[in-house]
Amino acid sequence: MTDLTDLTLAEARDALKAKQASSTEITGAFLKAMEAARGLNAYVLETPEQALAMAKASDEKLARGQGGALEGLPLGIKDLYATKGVRTTAGSNILCNFVPAYESTVTSQLWRDGAVMLGKLNNDEFAMGSSNETSAFGPVSSPWRREGSNAALVPGGSSGGSSSAVAARLCLGATATDTGGSIRQPAAFTGTVGIKPTYGRCSRWGIVAFASSLDQAGPIARTVRDNAILLRSMAGHDPKDTTSVDIAVPDYEAAVGRSIKGMKIGIPKEYRVDGMPAEIEALWGKGAEWLKAAGAELVDVSLPHTKYALPAYYIVAPAEASSNLARYDGVRYGLRVPGKDIQEMYEKTRAAGFGKEVRRRIMIGAYVLSAGYYDAYYVKAQKIRTLIKRDFEEVYAQGVHAILTPATPSAAFGIGEKGGADPVEMYLNDVFTVTVNMAGLPGIAVPAGLSSEGLPLGLQLIGRPFDEETLFSVAEVIEQAAGRTRLPDAWW
Amino acid sequence: MNAIVDSRTLDPKKLIKGATGDWEIVVGMEIHAQVTSKSKLFSGASTEFGGEPNDHVSLVDAAMPGMLPVINEECVKQAIRTGLGLKAQVNLRSTFDRKNYFYPDLPQGYQISQYKSPIVGEGEVVVDLPESGGQITVGIERLHLEQDAGKSLHDQHPTMSFVDLNRSGVALMEIVSKPDIRSSEEARAYVTKLRTILRYLGTCDGDMEKGSLRADVNVSVRRPGEPFGTRCEIKNVNSIRFIGQAIETEARRQIGILEDGGAIDQETRLFDPSRGETRSMRSKEEAHDYRYFPDPDLLPLEFDQAYVDALAQHLPELPDAKKARFIADYGLSPYDAGVLVAEQEQAAYFEAVAKGRDGKAAANWVINELFGRLNKEGKDVTTSPVSPAQLGGIVDLIGEGVISGKIAKDLFEIVWTEGGDPRELVESRGMKQVTDTGAIEAAVDAVIAANPDKVAQAQAKPTMIGWFVGQVMKQSGGKANPQAVNDILKAKLGI
Repeated sequence: MTDLTDLTLAEARDALKAKQASSTEITGAFLKAMEAARGLNAYVLETPEQALAMAKASDEKLARGQGGALEGLPLGIKDLYATKGVRTTAGSNILCNFVPAYESTVTSQLWRDGAVMLGKLNNDEFAMGSSNETSAFGPVSSPWRREGSNAALVPGGSSGGSSSAVAARLCLGATATDTGGSIRQPAAFTGTVGIKPTYGRCSRWGIVAFASSLDQAGPIARTVRDNAILLRSMAGHDPKDTTSVDIAVPDYEAAVGRSIKGMKIGIPKEYRVDGMPAEIEALWGKGAEWLKAAGAELVDVSLPHTKYALPAYYIVAPAEASSNLARYDGVRYGLRVPGKDIQEMYEKTRAAGFGKEVRRRIMIGAYVLSAGYYDAYYVKAQKIRTLIKRDFEEVYAQGVHAILTPATPSAAFGIGEKGGADPVEMYLNDVFTVTVNMAGLPGIAVPAGLSSEGLPLGLQLIGRPFDEETLFSVAEVIEQAAGRTRLPDAWW
Repeated sequence: MNAIVDSRTLDPKKLIKGATGDWEIVVGMEIHAQVTSKSKLFSGASTEFGGEPNDHVSLVDAAMPGMLPVINEECVKQAIRTGLGLKAQVNLRSTFDRKNYFYPDLPQGYQISQYKSPIVGEGEVVVDLPESGGQITVGIERLHLEQDAGKSLHDQHPTMSFVDLNRSGVALMEIVSKPDIRSSEEARAYVTKLRTILRYLGTCDGDMEKGSLRADVNVSVRRPGEPFGTRCEIKNVNSIRFIGQAIETEARRQIGILEDGGAIDQETRLFDPSRGETRSMRSKEEAHDYRYFPDPDLLPLEFDQAYVDALAQHLPELPDAKKARFIADYGLSPYDAGVLVAEQEQAAYFEAVAKGRDGKAAANWVINELFGRLNKEGKDVTTSPVSPAQLGGIVDLIGEGVISGKIAKDLFEIVWTEGGDPRELVESRGMKQVTDTGAIEAAVDAVIAANPDKVAQAQAKPTMIGWFVGQVMKQSGGKANPQAVNDILKAKLGI
């Protein structure tokens, strides 16, 4: 074996089972890689001692022929997930010193199944961003560069630490979260695979909330199969989250490689947006052809309310965020900046604790919920949300199994390149992904090729509620047809 | 929300006098009743009163990052039971909203409440007025579930305030009345009745000293026949007496302003019982913008009619029904029946005494002797030294003519202080009433013989017989049967 970090999660699993490698060896290889890759700023906290202890315990289990589905497999954890005894910041100064006394449901399921924690991954502050530039820990660099350029590129966001770490082979897979595209867009930018499951598929308990009705946990990993393996452990009903749904978790991996013959794949005309680069359009067409070649039937579908999704999203998400982030007040935990009275303490704490983008969204949220504006903004946005949902329901009622769209309107851009003057420029990154969150549907981003500048481009598949299996089957066809992305060699 | 309707007809007796004429008080109330439940509305933490500060705080109550509320079904059942007890509409679908504001004892930065669609809709409470007599019906606008806040402690440290989150997240029912109350007496009677209903249902212990029941009182005044005036809300009044005082004080303040040609500002005020005044807390302009919106962490609360019906089946007999039954079955006066049903334990005590006995006599003894004595000693029926069986025994002895009413009072005293079986006590202490006519006759003869002048007076004025009865009873040590004494005296005196 050349380099253990080159293994996919499935390959590593099989190698461990076959005793070709130990978890301690694999974990050690990743810890070494992480140390060498600190320049990427993907990890905000490395937990080598914990990792090696977990690896050792896994090796003992594996030696006895025991172990769970993820036994001994080292993962990175987005810093939005509360990890017991391990600092959890959500990428924010306001939680700079916060060490939870509890473990999120999703991560506790990963540890239950034997996974090993390498550390906590960078993300946009409170998951608000599409480039991982809003993190209090500074931006994350993508391991990708444009051909012939050394300019640092963003890994997407908000799960930029996750996507960068997976692409740079600093973990076998990573947890991520997706409120408007925060799994799929970074996956698309880094040539990795990421799935946002159906709202309610994974428990939100113990994940720092951004927008409760949109937030959903999911994995980013190198292959479709790796995603399927991880999601099976992450998903499931949790009585502590009443919005999680009590539906049995299928063996997603079994869906990988399943024939898609006879499946109807919808191609929504509304996703052909103005100013979309020709190469994205071409990639989309190529993806459709691959699916057709695999026996699927392509159907033109219409999702007429798509164009309202982004503005409506930027009302609903900040509204919920403004309320969800009210608890960061300096009273009980996290940052506290003293003031002459409670009011001043609040103001100073929150001014120092929250970055610019978070403050902007809190203000937008407070505004759209305020008396006199509530009906014009929040209520209207919720109505649009219902219409978006109905659009999808009507398409699925026509027998469509999944919908194929581009994942992003462009390839990755440079750090500092976008959103400086106009935040909407940044928000437009989510134009293809927010609809899926607004409708609560599952969506997967899968690499489909490279741009003219040699950067990865992804396609998105949108599924029926709780039909992640179909997404894995269809995404696997694309992955096979496109050929596995060759991840960049280490320059860092 | 429904339009505010004036459901009452003007009662001139309820008007209060100002310097320039009569005024009518209009009151509506929001009662915050702590739900009786083991754990909080959205967390598993204990609701137990007392304990060290922050003993009963879960991760959810402390609003730790990523924590989520999960509705406590017992609190939902309690709200439904209460709705049924208020003869109100129970809504099979209701939703939770967030009321956003910053305060150190509000960890989430919002209170989870039901703003748009509450679990219980319109109902009514029938209220007896003990002082002025009569009965009114107070409409219930709605009942909703919400979280209580924690408590700020300002007296623990010279420069800092501390926060105790033991109450944070405890379930409250906010019961909103219609503006159907027209005097401080009505307001006190309404809260008293509501408290009785809640205690019967077991949905709130009604302990105002512990803060289990608190009232926000909306007060306005108007000239008779005029539309509703501008109201002020007096926050967090925590005793029934203070509710009455706050209304009187606030009404007087408003009348004073209006009679001086001023106008009432809609505002939130505080009642200070020590100074007997209400003070402005914040004006309408300073009112918070709570930015209500549906709580995305919670699904709509839904259940079916069968769920409600099952709870309805197990409701206890409520005070109105019990009162009607006491009047019909035991022949009690509405007043006595009302007194007995005010507390479930009292009513049960009475029924235990009245079973197989004369209801009126039982009620008399329970209300006059027992309650009187209990009150004096600061006890209630649950801690009464005299059991229903003992009191019933005393009532039996009177009924059988074994003891007189006067002796019975002595006997009650003995049972109260020493205990024991009343019948045995009467035997062993020789308290039996003398019904032996021979003995009574002898006593009568002796009294007649000793008082010839009085005999002549009595024959002229027959009501004088009372004096003779008294003398004979005295001689018999109170044990002579008064009726027999009377009869024999009449015969002997020829009157």
